[in-house]
Amino acid sequence: MKPPPFAYHAPTDLDEAVGLLAEAGDEGKVLAGGQSLIPLLNMRLAAPRVLVDINAVAGLEDIRVDAAGVRVGARVRHAELEADTAAAEAVPLLGQGLRLVAHPVIRNRGTTVGSIAHADPSAEMPAVLALLEGAVEVRGRAGTRTVPAAEFVTGPMETALAPGEIAVAARFPRPRPGTGTAFVETARRNGDYALCGAAAAVTLGADGRITAARCCLISVAPVPLVVDLTDHLAGRTARLGDLDGAAAAAAEQADPEDDIHAGADYRRHLARVLTARALARAAAAAPAAVADTYTGASR
Amino acid sequence: MSTRMFGAPVQRSEDARLVAGRGAFLDDLGAGACAAAFVRSPHARARIRDIDATDAVDVAGIIAVFTYEDLSGAMAEPLPLLIPHPCIVDGRTPYALAREHVHYVGEPVAMVVAADRYAAEDAAARIRVDYEVGEAVVGVDAAVSAERTVHAGMADNVAAHLVQEVGDARAAVAAAPNSLELELDIERSAATPLEGRGVYARWEPATSATGTDDGRLRVYSSTQTATGVRAAVAAKLELALGQVDVVVPDVGGGFGVKIVHPWPEEVMVPWAARRLGREVKWVEDRREHFVAAAHERAQRQRVRVGFDDSGRILGLDVDILHDNGAYLPYGVIVPIVTSTQLLGPYKPGAYRVEFRSLYTTTAVVTPYRGAGRPQGVFAMERTMDAVADHLGLDRLQVRAANVIRPEEMPYDQGLMFQDGRPLIYDSGDYPRMLEMIAELVDWPGFAEYRERARREGRRVGIGVACYVEGTGPGPYEGGHVQVETSGKVRVATGLTSQGQGHGTVLAQIVADELDVPIADVEVTTGDTRRMAYSVGTFASRGAVTSGSAVALAARRLKEKALRIAAEALEADAGDLEFADGRIQVKGSPAHGIELGTVAVLSNPLRYAFDAASAAATQFSGAADHESPPVAEGEAPGLEGTDYHSPLRCTFANGAHAAVVETDPDTAEIRILRYCVVHDCGNLINPRIVEGQVHGGVAQGVAGALYERMAYDSDGQLLNASLMDFLMPYASEVPTVEIAHMQTPSPLNPLGVKGAGEAGVIPGSAVLAAAVEDAEGFRVDRMPISPSELFELRNRHAAGEVASVPPRPSPATASDTSVPSAREPR
Ligand SMILES: Cc1cc2nc3c(=O)[nH]c(=O)nc-3n(C[C@H](O)[C@H](O)[C@H](O)COP(=O)(O)OP(=O)(O)OC[C@H]3O[C@@H](n4cnc5c(N)ncnc54)[C@H](O)[C@@H]3O)c2cc1C
Repeated sequence: MKPPPFAYHAPTDLDEAVGLLAEAGDEGKVLAGGQSLIPLLNMRLAAPRVLVDINAVAGLEDIRVDAAGVRVGARVRHAELEADTAAAEAVPLLGQGLRLVAHPVIRNRGTTVGSIAHADPSAEMPAVLALLEGAVEVRGRAGTRTVPAAEFVTGPMETALAPGEIAVAARFPRPRPGTGTAFVETARRNGDYALCGAAAAVTLGADGRITAARCCLISVAPVPLVVDLTDHLAGRTARLGDLDGAAAAAAEQADPEDDIHAGADYRRHLARVLTARALARAAAAAPAAVADTYTGASR
Repeated sequence: MSTRMFGAPVQRSEDARLVAGRGAFLDDLGAGACAAAFVRSPHARARIRDIDATDAVDVAGIIAVFTYEDLSGAMAEPLPLLIPHPCIVDGRTPYALAREHVHYVGEPVAMVVAADRYAAEDAAARIRVDYEVGEAVVGVDAAVSAERTVHAGMADNVAAHLVQEVGDARAAVAAAPNSLELELDIERSAATPLEGRGVYARWEPATSATGTDDGRLRVYSSTQTATGVRAAVAAKLELALGQVDVVVPDVGGGFGVKIVHPWPEEVMVPWAARRLGREVKWVEDRREHFVAAAHERAQRQRVRVGFDDSGRILGLDVDILHDNGAYLPYGVIVPIVTSTQLLGPYKPGAYRVEFRSLYTTTAVVTPYRGAGRPQGVFAMERTMDAVADHLGLDRLQVRAANVIRPEEMPYDQGLMFQDGRPLIYDSGDYPRMLEMIAELVDWPGFAEYRERARREGRRVGIGVACYVEGTGPGPYEGGHVQVETSGKVRVATGLTSQGQGHGTVLAQIVADELDVPIADVEVTTGDTRRMAYSVGTFASRGAVTSGSAVALAARRLKEKALRIAAEALEADAGDLEFADGRIQVKGSPAHGIELGTVAVLSNPLRYAFDAASAAATQFSGAADHESPPVAEGEAPGLEGTDYHSPLRCTFANGAHAAVVETDPDTAEIRILRYCVVHDCGNLINPRIVEGQVHGGVAQGVAGALYERMAYDSDGQLLNASLMDFLMPYASEVPTVEIAHMQTPSPLNPLGVKGAGEAGVIPGSAVLAAAVEDAEGFRVDRMPISPSELFELRNRHAAGEVASVPPRPSPATASDTSVPSAREPR
């Protein structure tokens, strides 16, 4: 459990960081919070020749909240973002997702952008970004580009980042007015990666009926699985019975696999149960929510 | 007289140091030592064709690479089979480094020594081993079928086979008015201490103190037996026992896995230190611990039971298939313990038990906290529930019909126990235990609670399970107590401590015996330089054996102190008493002498170093020229040594009850209440006993709902990390409600019984019972995950899993206290 040898750089300037990373090409890796990368190195499952530590790079440390939403710099820890009240007010789904990410000690160190760049199919924050249709700001030698969430995560642990590129920030847009959000999941132990999780955003009209609904499932597909359920739910109320069809439609899209923690059938079943719960909770959280919606017991 | 310490909830004296990070564990020692790393087999079964270390020697910092070819003499022989029980038909043990064949993933094949662990692992990664890969044998089905054998030269995979029988159990089952047959399965788990194994050794050149012109070896090991490691290392390295010292530093948990000795690494490190003339250290990492230390629990148990209409068991016939892994370093204690302790507090009319212990190409199986009892209790208690369901009786009522009564004690079960001695229960009040658990969990009130929950759309269930645990086996343990001239008391015992709080408990015992403040008592464990005779820490034996030994040693010291004090005070020893660190004339406290002064008088000196020693020199005080300075028959020093060698085990007992809730949609299982009635005889320290119970329950819950060893059919362990081996966090462990009983043991001077393992024992049985009760169908295999519960629901709906009938409401319904469901966390 000791990493193989690597060269270590800790630049303070973004261009320098990008330069070092570009030089290393395929053999280089960004080191952010290290909560995912260091275990991979120690177990010798990854052996990059060069590590570029971005923890001292200036300009990556901010959380900016504006009319468009929340922009999270690459050095922002999960815990910092979770504690930011302005961010929570602008985009409540951030906090709803973050409290399900690992444990407090890991959130103290792990970064939200690092989690998105790591692109674990069970991770919450890539799902938050995908559901809200956010984007990732990417910096390479050629300059900065913005990659929409839907194009960012391309597979399990695979992203649109090219060798030599650093994700400098993630942008989480504010949900539309009248929208409530929720994130529910089932994990084996508190703080574990979810066996299945569902985030939902439900928009209600003035009459309390649904005008738009989307969900994003984790751990049941190679990438965060966003399903638009508006066609199933438009015009309906958010009573649990009304949500079943939509939940089943979402679960239909899931393509889970068996692993040592859960069978595929069980995960598909969870996708349905959790989607229904997430939709109900999201509707209950919407500003114009009706009173008698279901609030499930799952966390 | 100071307050009595025995029985008081004294704070653990170890904790201030440990929680402040001032503990010194194995890896905190030997900062300058070379580091060892091991090349381990990536295959479950293979023949080694060639080992090529050419590339490894290029790594900066490399010092040596060793393979089997480098070993000679005793080192080239297989490691010992520690407990050679006569039922072992073919006992195979590994070599320190694999000799031609490997039999599990993780088996050490080569050893690298380098300047640091980074270099050692880099070099290890460059050693190329050419394997001819064979086929794996995983699980009891593959093992018992014997289509493939694990070891060359064996016709099947049976390592050991034992039948024990009391009465004609098969005939009794056949003749009984009711009978059932059950298959009850438990999967593999492991002790998983937070600190893995570790060894650090240094070879010291010869001096006149070594006694030979050879050197002297100092070994530090994270072990549960200092004297065991010492004897084993001396034998392997062909050194005199007196040339080897073993010191056990702070140990971050053992739970059984560290009683095995010597581990291959535990002889290789000292051997390399001597061969290289350098300090060598190996600290096991987490992956190594998962694949290359020991596991336990995997057992399939077929039960045939015959019973009358009141639920009284007339015949019990149990067949056990035990998966012992690739080798048998510790013998077959686990299935022997299952076979005998399965009976719990009950007295079936006739009993037959047969086990076959089977080789598989997986990590070895050695005792893990509970040591076969969780499996046995699972078999027995699931059988009790099945009997109750069959007859439509209350589950506690059936247990009450079968327990041994206090007036039947001592009760001879007619079997031979794991220590080779008869299985005779010494004391216990099992009917009262059943009453207490019913009260604690409010068994009668549960029907109403269930009904209320059902109206809220919630599913809840309750279960109960009992156990009897043989604790404190011999052969013996020793104690040494010494009073220093400062009045401080130094206590040593040979067994080791892994965090249990021996330091506190032994100090309590000695403080009471000598009537000194507990703060003046210092305890050393696990250092062969302080106490050369000892067995080790296992089988819940510390308090029973070492506790008794230090009490006896303190009593010896007292006799001597009284002789010296009587002379100094010119009083009759019979008129003296110990009080507050002094010896004084009864009823006249002014006429007395400090214990420290007695220590001064006990050791006449020629040289003065300080005021106390000056008082002991030949020119101080009035000399009696008619007798020698040390009286005839006496030895200098105020100390006492004694040993406790128990006649046989003392039997603790208890009952657990759990209330669970299962989510009707997600199949998640939540423990709402966990209640424990626990009898370990006289309580030395209730706080420590409760801590032991809490920790045990945590491991019981772990084994029931979270942990398993996921081997695939090729013998690869798929979850060899704490990410995938689901050791529960604090958030998964329920609050434990405890009620103590205290039935003293007649077998030792303190009346105590062991408490270390009890908490874990009924975990799988009680949680299976509660889940079954919530769901309404049989649960006969543990652990159970939400995914498996979901699958069981589907199979039950398809008619493939038997329903359990609705449980009758117990006669005495209480409408007051109902279990208090806690909010989800
Ligand atoms: C026990 C445990 C439990 C966990 N449970 C969860 C969980 O339930 N849910 C969850 O979502 N996560 C979980 N995590 C992961 C945690 O959230 C990590 O912090 C996160 O995945 C990675 O963030 P990091 O800053 O630590 O990244 P690092 O570990 O430093 O890097 C991870 C990967 O991303 C790349 N990377 C990081 N930052 C950038 C960047 N700015 N630009 C380009 N590439 C970058 C690195 O090169 C590396 O490949 C868990 C981790 C642990 C140890």
